[in-house]
Amino acid sequence: MNASNTDFVLAVENLTVSFDGFKAVDDLNLYVDEGEIRVIIGPNGAGKTTVLDLICGRTRSTQGSIRFRNRELTKMTESDIVKSGVGRKFQTPSVYTELTVYENLEISYPKGRNVFGSLFFRRDETIVRKCEEVAEMILLKDQLYDSAGLLSHGQKQWLEIGMLLIQDPELLMLDEPVAGMSVTERHETAKLLRRISENRSVIVIEHDMQFVAEIADKVTVLHQGKILTEGPIDTVKNDPKVVEVYLGH
Amino acid sequence: MKSSGFWGSLFSRHDTLSFVVLALILLVVLPLSLDIFRLSLMGKYMTYAFVALGLALCWGYGGVLSLGQGVFFGLGGYMLAMFLKLESSDPESTAIQTTPGIPDFMDWNQITELPWFWEPFYSFPFTLAAVLVVPTAFAYLIGVAMFKRRVSGVYFAIITQAIAAILTILIIGQQGYTGGVNGITDLRTLLGWNIRSDFARYVFYFVCVGLLLLCIVISQFVSRSKLGRILVAMRGAEDRVRFSGYDVANFKTFVFCLGAAFSAIGGAMFTLQVGFMSPSFIGIVPSIEMVIFCAVGGRLSIYGSVYGALLVSWARTAFSESFPELWLFAMGALFIAVVLAFPDGLAGLYNQYGRRHVERQLDKWLLTLKSSTRTASVKGVAHERQ
Repeated sequence: MNASNTDFVLAVENLTVSFDGFKAVDDLNLYVDEGEIRVIIGPNGAGKTTVLDLICGRTRSTQGSIRFRNRELTKMTESDIVKSGVGRKFQTPSVYTELTVYENLEISYPKGRNVFGSLFFRRDETIVRKCEEVAEMILLKDQLYDSAGLLSHGQKQWLEIGMLLIQDPELLMLDEPVAGMSVTERHETAKLLRRISENRSVIVIEHDMQFVAEIADKVTVLHQGKILTEGPIDTVKNDPKVVEVYLGH
Repeated sequence: MKSSGFWGSLFSRHDTLSFVVLALILLVVLPLSLDIFRLSLMGKYMTYAFVALGLALCWGYGGVLSLGQGVFFGLGGYMLAMFLKLESSDPESTAIQTTPGIPDFMDWNQITELPWFWEPFYSFPFTLAAVLVVPTAFAYLIGVAMFKRRVSGVYFAIITQAIAAILTILIIGQQGYTGGVNGITDLRTLLGWNIRSDFARYVFYFVCVGLLLLCIVISQFVSRSKLGRILVAMRGAEDRVRFSGYDVANFKTFVFCLGAAFSAIGGAMFTLQVGFMSPSFIGIVPSIEMVIFCAVGGRLSIYGSVYGALLVSWARTAFSESFPELWLFAMGALFIAVVLAFPDGLAGLYNQYGRRHVERQLDKWLLTLKSSTRTASVKGVAHERQ
């Protein structure tokens, strides 16, 4: 492992993970720039979600390195990775359905994160204002005190994005953020992503090519745990290899 | 949200009502309507309410089901029983033993010297500390060992059950040190004060109520803190909490320890009121009964779990007095009925059907109260002007 420092926000090098001999991610190299929106596409089982799992510490790598702002993540605990500035949204929207939208956001606010800190946590004006601000951004201002269980599928997706935004991560990873959304919701989400990538890098996994075209700075195509190709959307879309394995004829 | 101050931050309006009603029942209604024998029985049931309360937090809020709460109840009870036993084993009253001055069961087992771990229990302050610290520390060890390894759900429940079984076997096996299957019996005095007198029983009953109410206040504090909301969040979406920067294991360990500490207080109060402690309160069966108490009362409700413990225990006594063989079947049927028909227990039924009327009545009542105080103060001001 050559841990040379880079200017990239995220530098994934020679990353491999094998499950009982099956290499879900195979010798992967991936570099994400400051303020970039990177979209990862690829057929089912290409290893897209596994890559995110590896970055956020949910799955441990077999070999290789993941450096975030030149800090090695592969040995850190999940909560330390979050604290260092990496946020991750899951494929199925996971929000706290028994709590209100406000409470969902408040729990995600990075304060009082240990046992006694949370026991004696006091709500103050800064936190309330921050939650309201984020709620407005994710178009849930009017639902702030509703139970999150009552939100539509798309709204839950937004809420989860909001829960990440309130942590102000430098790297945001979104696993299929527009799944189950209507066309208008997709546009809103694209706008939202544009706005939030102004001061952070974003990695998105997505299938909807129209949405990908709308947001991506650069597209990485994964196939069988390896990078098939990488580049701007138009180049990638017309790459015969990509058409062959993913986009279809 | 509207009411301010310390109380308002811990209790919603409806919580306040529930708390006051429970306090009135325990402090006024029951002492006035029951003779000391029945009241003392009620005090005994109340010791189970501590366990059920702990389970409401641990299982209801945190989603951590423990089938071994009897361990902590028993440990708390044993700690106090050791102190009381030493007090009743002074050399004069044990003069007929081969080795006077040690507990009788040790003498029967040919032990001639007090074991080292019994020595500190001559001290009352040490014992009080041990009642709380030993079970909580044990829960902490279990919690760290299990939750850090991500053992949860059914696996955790089975392990707690195994621990309950192991501890019972250990206590029964080490008869000379623990009193074996009979437990620690024949406890007479606490700091020279007869614990079997009617007066003592009254005192213990009220101490027990006081401690239970204190534990409820603590539970309110925990459940309404951010930690309480994190527990609820964890129950539904553990990974989301973990990837929001929380170390989930620490939160589970905390709530498990809190449940253990409550159970230990209950166990110690049990020893005081019933006058002995034995392994039959530690094992699998009592531990599961505690879960049934909590489930019947409503595992999501602090007050529900307390009522569940009191009502089911009372029903057990009433039922087993007339149909001793049928009780276990009735208990099993009750549990099945709760799980199938009303999963949120009595508290769930109340929330669904009764609460609305109570809230409306409370609204009316508060309104009249407010307007009457306002007229009173207006009159007061007018009076001053004159």
